[in-house]
Amino acid sequence: MSVMHTTIARHSSSRLYSGSTWTGIAIVVAFFACLPALNLFFPVDHPLHVSSFTVALIGKFLCYALAALALDLVWGYTGILSLGHGLFFALGGYAHGMYLMRAAKSSPEILPDFMGFLSWKTFPWFWSFTEHFWYAMLLVVLVPGVLAFMFGYFAFRSRIKGVYFSIITQALTFAAMLLFFRNETGFGGNNGFTDFKKILGFDITSADTRAVLYWVSLATLLGSLILARAITQSKLGRVLTAIRDSESRLRFLGYEPLGFKLFIWTVSAILCGIAGALYVPQVGIINPSEMSTENSIEMVIWVATGGRGTLIGPIIGAGTINGLKTWFTSVFPEFWLYALGLIFVLVTLFLPQGIVGLARQLGQRFKRIKP
Amino acid sequence: MRLTYRSFKRWLLAFVLVLPLQLSFAAELVEPQVLSGLAGDSNDERAKSITALGLLSTPGAAVVLAALGDGNVLITSDGRILLARGDQQVFDPTTGVTQARPSDAQSLTLNNRLRRALQSALASSELFSAQTSTRLAAAQRLQKEADPARAPLIERALNAERDQNIRRALEVALASAAIKSPDAVIRRNAIIALGESKNAAFKPALLAIVTASSSGQYAEPDDTVRAAATLALKQIEQHQTLISWVGNIFFGISLGSVLLLAAIGLAITFGLMGVINMAHGELLMIGAYATYIVQSLFKQWLPGWMDWYVLAALPVAFLVTAIVGMALERTVIRWLYGRPLETLLATWGISLILMQAVRSIFGAQNVEVANPSWMSGGITVLGNLTLSYNRLVIIGFAFFVVMAVWLVLNYTRLGLFVRAITQNRQMADCVGVPTGRVDMLAFGLGSGIAGLAGVALSQLSNVGPDLGRGYIVDSFMVVVLGGVGQLAGTVVAALGLGILNKIIEPFWGAVIAKIAILLFIVLFVQKRPQGLFAPKGRSAE
Repeated sequence: MSVMHTTIARHSSSRLYSGSTWTGIAIVVAFFACLPALNLFFPVDHPLHVSSFTVALIGKFLCYALAALALDLVWGYTGILSLGHGLFFALGGYAHGMYLMRAAKSSPEILPDFMGFLSWKTFPWFWSFTEHFWYAMLLVVLVPGVLAFMFGYFAFRSRIKGVYFSIITQALTFAAMLLFFRNETGFGGNNGFTDFKKILGFDITSADTRAVLYWVSLATLLGSLILARAITQSKLGRVLTAIRDSESRLRFLGYEPLGFKLFIWTVSAILCGIAGALYVPQVGIINPSEMSTENSIEMVIWVATGGRGTLIGPIIGAGTINGLKTWFTSVFPEFWLYALGLIFVLVTLFLPQGIVGLARQLGQRFKRIKP
Repeated sequence: MRLTYRSFKRWLLAFVLVLPLQLSFAAELVEPQVLSGLAGDSNDERAKSITALGLLSTPGAAVVLAALGDGNVLITSDGRILLARGDQQVFDPTTGVTQARPSDAQSLTLNNRLRRALQSALASSELFSAQTSTRLAAAQRLQKEADPARAPLIERALNAERDQNIRRALEVALASAAIKSPDAVIRRNAIIALGESKNAAFKPALLAIVTASSSGQYAEPDDTVRAAATLALKQIEQHQTLISWVGNIFFGISLGSVLLLAAIGLAITFGLMGVINMAHGELLMIGAYATYIVQSLFKQWLPGWMDWYVLAALPVAFLVTAIVGMALERTVIRWLYGRPLETLLATWGISLILMQAVRSIFGAQNVEVANPSWMSGGITVLGNLTLSYNRLVIIGFAFFVVMAVWLVLNYTRLGLFVRAITQNRQMADCVGVPTGRVDMLAFGLGSGIAGLAGVALSQLSNVGPDLGRGYIVDSFMVVVLGGVGQLAGTVVAALGLGILNKIIEPFWGAVIAKIAILLFIVLFVQKRPQGLFAPKGRSAE
């Protein structure tokens, strides 16, 4: 049996995707990579010009897609439904936001305004070193990672699963939101962080900087997709799927699921934190409402709509739902919640495999008719 | 001789109050010797005379005092005191005669010292006013002034007073006047009385007695008085602690009963079907809006019965939410049995739709739901702790609902089926329990209870489209903590969380208390994943 596993593992890890899939990915990535260039190099009235709004919007969607991909690793592949990924997303955002807040001032020693309102004289301890970009990036990875590791360790060790796990992740996120809403916590309370000016010395609002942030997001998403593919194709990934399908049977076979679950849970939280860190400079604000129950559940529906248990699905889902949201809120703002609610109901009832699953079904039917 | 005269006056006053028309003339007069001081040149004499007028507390004296305040008192050269009535006429308070103004009448001007004397004299005379509110205000003013010379007057007022609130205020005033007495024994007794009264209003005065100045001197020279003050302070503080604890427990039980109402419907649906109903909060909200509609209908058609609209709202809310719940079960949830995570998402979608629907129909603003008159107000216990009627009613209502649910689950056929399915769905199905229909009915029951909870919530908090969102996390916490399908667990968890929350709140503030509770539950579930009352038996997975 172990022989079979290793052969599968070796076979799959040597070739993540088939040649044609690689070509497809390259074409899609190239297309999205071109958008900011079209925005920069063509004048506004040129037919090939892409508006700054579109670039900013797609840049935002790339971050959402990364978060959805991260969530899919735990939900779609391991069967752990987290209603708390908004927390990791926001923590990554806050960690990066701390650097951006300090970079916005002429000297990193000047306190942000909200601390002035509290009549604080110095930065609290958890703000130390945040004037260094590298340290903030370290926090982006470490804070969600360590929190997820600790929470996951206790939760998985006690074999909390299913809806129980979902509910306590929701409670954790809710508690964190309340904590961040307090002014005294030291993260700007209600208003959070905003009014960013510079990142690594560059003007954060300039088109060039935005294009770079967009490309970094795209590259990170691509890198994460490949990483996720590597994980899910490996032997480790097979164990994860086994946990999803029958955890107790896996345990009877002699596997201890704790380490596997903890690994994928932590990786997922870190990816989600990175998504948040990429998101904040692009939208220019981070506040505690990112941790609201609604946001975390909306992430889940991105994954469900695209197709969980596939890696491309969450990316498609995040783009579809957020595209719809943008369209609705500009055309029929009062109908957006009806639409979103219906999507939740219809997807769970009729599209359990999401858009990707639907496409596969249609494709198979098409193949059956063709010969 | 003087004493008998005073008691005679009091009897007279009593008659005046009983028979104001017949006997008013007698009380309207003032003895000439009381007024004589006013006519003299000495300010001392004038002050004494004004104080005496205050102590007299007859309507006649009150008239003179009022005239003094208005600057309408005239003095003739032969020492008579007259009150100006317009420009031409004067009124003699000693005889009750109104006459033309004598040419030699000079108006009496008050200096600051006399003005102060007048102020306190007015307060004294107001102690006997026919108006309850005037008497209370006067007693409260005397508390602040704390003049030992006024102690006999306050005692007299206390004897005549029947209103409990005013009596209490007078007792306080009396004791705070006695604290200033030159006699250490009186001071000590007064302080002991203050300690017995357990009234927090004395804390500053007592603290001033026991606190040493920067040079180590005490304002109070007598050791025994200081010791008594320390003791009294301790008594008052103990009483305050008691009040705050009783208050915390009461508000904790109140919060717990709200949580219980919100969670019990959820416990039924979750326990029975393992269904996480994210739309449960919206069912609460619909129940509250049903109350609003019933209230509007009563306003329109039965304004005389407005006080009882809440009772009429109960069955309406139950039916409306039960129907909504059953419709949900038949159309969406039944297709998702065995897939709890999907149910969670679908019901979340439903909650979004319900919320937006209510927003479209009733508007995004809160609607106004009023407490009926029998639910407003409250009873005061332990001096100054008010237990409001609406909270008391809701605590009672919560227990009524729990009892009803318990009876339904244990003594009806439906309850038997529900318990059977909770224990083992397949087995129940095999022995002929119509599981589909029972699921629908049980879901309707859980939803209907959410509707009842909505009626209760409408009496405590704002009714708006977001009402349910605030309760959804909390009620899940209750269900998780209590254990699945356990009525007793739900009750204990709800009340426990409510009380714990209110006990932590004074120390850490509301937000941190909430966070602490959530973290506590997260940790607790690590230890006991099945909740407080885990179902026994071999229900692996």
